[in-house]
Amino acid sequence: MSSSPAKTKPTARRFRFNWVDGFLWFIRVAALIAIVVGITGSVQNYIAGEGLTAVQWRDLVISSTSTGLMYGLIALGYSMVYGVLGFINFAHGEVFMAGSMVGFIAATLLFENGFWDANPFAAVLFVLIISMMTSTIVAVLVERIAYKPLRNSPRLIPLITSIGVSFFLQYAFAGLFGVASQSYPPAPGALGEDVIIFGIPIQGTKVLVFVVAMVSMVGLWYFVTRTKSGRAMRAVAEDKEIAGLMGIDVDRTIVVTFAVGGAMAGVAGLLWALLFRVVDFQTGFLPGLKAFTAAVLGGIGNLPGAMLGGVLLGLFEGVGPLLVLGGLGIPAVSQLKDAVAFAALFLVLIFRPSGLLGERLGSEDRA
Amino acid sequence: MKDFAFTRRLGLIAGITMSFTAAIGMIENFNKRVLVEPFILMGYVVLLGVPILVGLISARGRPNPLEKPIRDSRAGAVSGLIAGLFAGLVTSVFVLIVDTFDMTQFFPNMRPAMVEIMTFGFGVPIGLLVLILVTGVAGSLGGFIFGQSDSVRRGIGQATIWVLGFALFEGVVNDILEIDPVLDVIYAPNGGLLPWSAVVIGAVAWWLSGRFQGKSKILVEKVQKADKWSGIRWGTYLLGVVVLLLPLFVLGGIVNELLINVAFFVLLGLGLNIVVGYAGLLDLGYVAFFAVGAYGIAVLTSPLSGTINPEFSWWVALPIVMALAALAGLVVGTPVLKMRGDYLAIVTLGFGEIVRILLLSDWLTPIFGGAQGVRQIPGIPFFGTEISGIDPQYFIYFTLFFVAIAAYISYRAEGSRVGRSWAAMREDEDVAEATGISTIQAKLLAFVTGAIVASFAGALFAAKVGVIFTNSFDVLVSIIILVVVIVGGMGSIPGVAVGAFVLIGILGGPKSQGLLAEFAQYKLLIYGALLVFMMLKRPEGLLPSVRRSRELHLEELEQDAWLDKGGDFGNDEVEATT
Repeated sequence: MSSSPAKTKPTARRFRFNWVDGFLWFIRVAALIAIVVGITGSVQNYIAGEGLTAVQWRDLVISSTSTGLMYGLIALGYSMVYGVLGFINFAHGEVFMAGSMVGFIAATLLFENGFWDANPFAAVLFVLIISMMTSTIVAVLVERIAYKPLRNSPRLIPLITSIGVSFFLQYAFAGLFGVASQSYPPAPGALGEDVIIFGIPIQGTKVLVFVVAMVSMVGLWYFVTRTKSGRAMRAVAEDKEIAGLMGIDVDRTIVVTFAVGGAMAGVAGLLWALLFRVVDFQTGFLPGLKAFTAAVLGGIGNLPGAMLGGVLLGLFEGVGPLLVLGGLGIPAVSQLKDAVAFAALFLVLIFRPSGLLGERLGSEDRA
Repeated sequence: MKDFAFTRRLGLIAGITMSFTAAIGMIENFNKRVLVEPFILMGYVVLLGVPILVGLISARGRPNPLEKPIRDSRAGAVSGLIAGLFAGLVTSVFVLIVDTFDMTQFFPNMRPAMVEIMTFGFGVPIGLLVLILVTGVAGSLGGFIFGQSDSVRRGIGQATIWVLGFALFEGVVNDILEIDPVLDVIYAPNGGLLPWSAVVIGAVAWWLSGRFQGKSKILVEKVQKADKWSGIRWGTYLLGVVVLLLPLFVLGGIVNELLINVAFFVLLGLGLNIVVGYAGLLDLGYVAFFAVGAYGIAVLTSPLSGTINPEFSWWVALPIVMALAALAGLVVGTPVLKMRGDYLAIVTLGFGEIVRILLLSDWLTPIFGGAQGVRQIPGIPFFGTEISGIDPQYFIYFTLFFVAIAAYISYRAEGSRVGRSWAAMREDEDVAEATGISTIQAKLLAFVTGAIVASFAGALFAAKVGVIFTNSFDVLVSIIILVVVIVGGMGSIPGVAVGAFVLIGILGGPKSQGLLAEFAQYKLLIYGALLVFMMLKRPEGLLPSVRRSRELHLEELEQDAWLDKGGDFGNDEVEATT
């Protein structure tokens, strides 16, 4: 006779306490309480007239956003490489540093012969091109020498390699340029002055950061969605093997990915240098880590996500310490800026591991 | 000339390498050190080592597993010469550029002094030719050596290693021998081997290499097979005891200090090896546990620590610190349980930084001292005396004791049920889970064990140095421990020890100098390059664990198996047709 399917009722899932999940819930709840209490405390302080004034908060938000946009630009490179190759390119922060260090040579030479102040926009554009080119070349070389031979090795191997590349590049630049920090010439012409937008005075370089970041983002969007190479890139990210079968040159596409990511890092490199005016061989390390955090925050492999993640991370680390930790009554919160950025990464991975806008990864990289 | 394109490429790589070492000032700095009187300088050894090596490689030709390379000294010398000439050409173009344009404003090392050294003091037009000629000769020498018979090559290798060893480690030899008349015979008064003593050392090493070829293996086997109570066994034990007593009586302060540093990194390496090597979890914040150990001891024992100030003895504080580290391991481990391998790396790195930033912050200064650190940490009380870093020859026994414990834990864990579940998890987490391994338990256990081992190192470190600051615990330390584990061999206990000796002992640790003080400036550059090189060429490390290297070379093994099979196929067919 027909074997009847088991008709036993599915037993109701009994609640079983699991230490790991319990601990994670504890962290989630504790983080939420801390954030709420902190913000309430800050609001109370503000009403009581202590702490920062409204104008100071506004300026803080503006400068954090511009830092965040640069994180976003760097994060694009992480995100693209992760989408295509499935590993964190630790050395991407150093690609960014390379751009700003070599850009420094160009900027200083232009500054010394007066071109920097005479034609501010042409000069910045020229240095921008130099810095983009340097970063692109470094990124492509690194891919060719260090990552290409490792295409099919176990997962951790390219990651460890990229840590090695990161250190090698840092100390190679330390050896070439010396360990002292180099200071960029002051931002030329109108860039050095405040621009008034909607009645708010904003520093010229920050406006430049906004504009350049937006232009690069649009350019990248056009490249990825409308050009042949961009389409190839998305196909390779989806599935390398099938893309190869469809006649896409996978190796070339990977090189293009690194090159585009490098160029974006180069843009960020120059903007960073114009804004903070000091660069050294370690400039790339922390921004690199934070940019990766930004990429995870927005959803790795997702390009708009990377930009959004960057801006949010900039806000978290710029405003967060004062708003949350300051409200909790912790002294000297600005020291904890970096800790807040890493804590943000950690909380994102606990609350929403796939990032805010969702991951976009190839089949083999989803986990 | 077999393969011109290959030789040319090698020459270009060598030229770029030589130019790069010059551009970062390595050659100039190293040249301050005389290895063999009067003219063998360390910088030139490094500089010309490159074309010699490239000459060797070019004589071998492209790596081909199916064919044995042909050892022909004349052909080798020719291809080495070509590679060397290319290298010289590239380098001389670089030197010419440096000489023509003044770039010292941006690149402080590209200065006339460097040009002077690179042209061997002959100045630009003539010196460049000399440079090309010398690198060409060096390259052809490499190619020529490649063509020699096995015993000759071994002799040359041994002679070079021993002469360079005696010359480079002059300080150690001084520290151990401490007999001036003997030293005066070997070394020149201003440092460097005397020419004839170099010749003698080289000749003796060459002769010994021929005499003892293959005998060491036989000796080891003899010891292993010997009866429990035979003379050879006792001899080995006696040798072990003598080696253990060396630090106390023979070695001087410098060497002991260095050995302690190495031992710290062996300890840390063994701990990280459990996490990375056994369980396959890439932890880049490992230094945080080291910091927990060190700061735990500091706060609990120092009379000058802030709010929490119990002034325990070291031995009482140690179990507390171990418990704290285990707790830290759980706290770090739990949230990252479900993360992908590479997310884990960056989250743990973030944890490490958060710990360092918190220790440094004003917020926690009342407890941890902030930028001031914690001072006056007492040493380890031991039968009425107190042993600290002031007397390294005693302190080293404590570190060795804990290294032995860590090695024992690792050794026992590897083959145990837990160790096997780590291996299974490392190879494939889903499959491991499906076979009934609790990956959560296994991962947490790895984190906790690793954390406890690191806390040993931290506890010893605090007692040794007496004052601790947060800058001993930055990301760099985590990375260096990782390099030690990887260079030594992931998953291999002797590998970690070798890695620590080679890297920390010779090149130097994050804050300490190694035997080669000249390298201090470039050690992190070398670490980075080494990490990349190892991953590309020998991911299993110097002394690999068998299982790990099989995993890493799975593809090649499969290929070999396929080739063997192919061979069998061929035979079958032959048999069938006949």
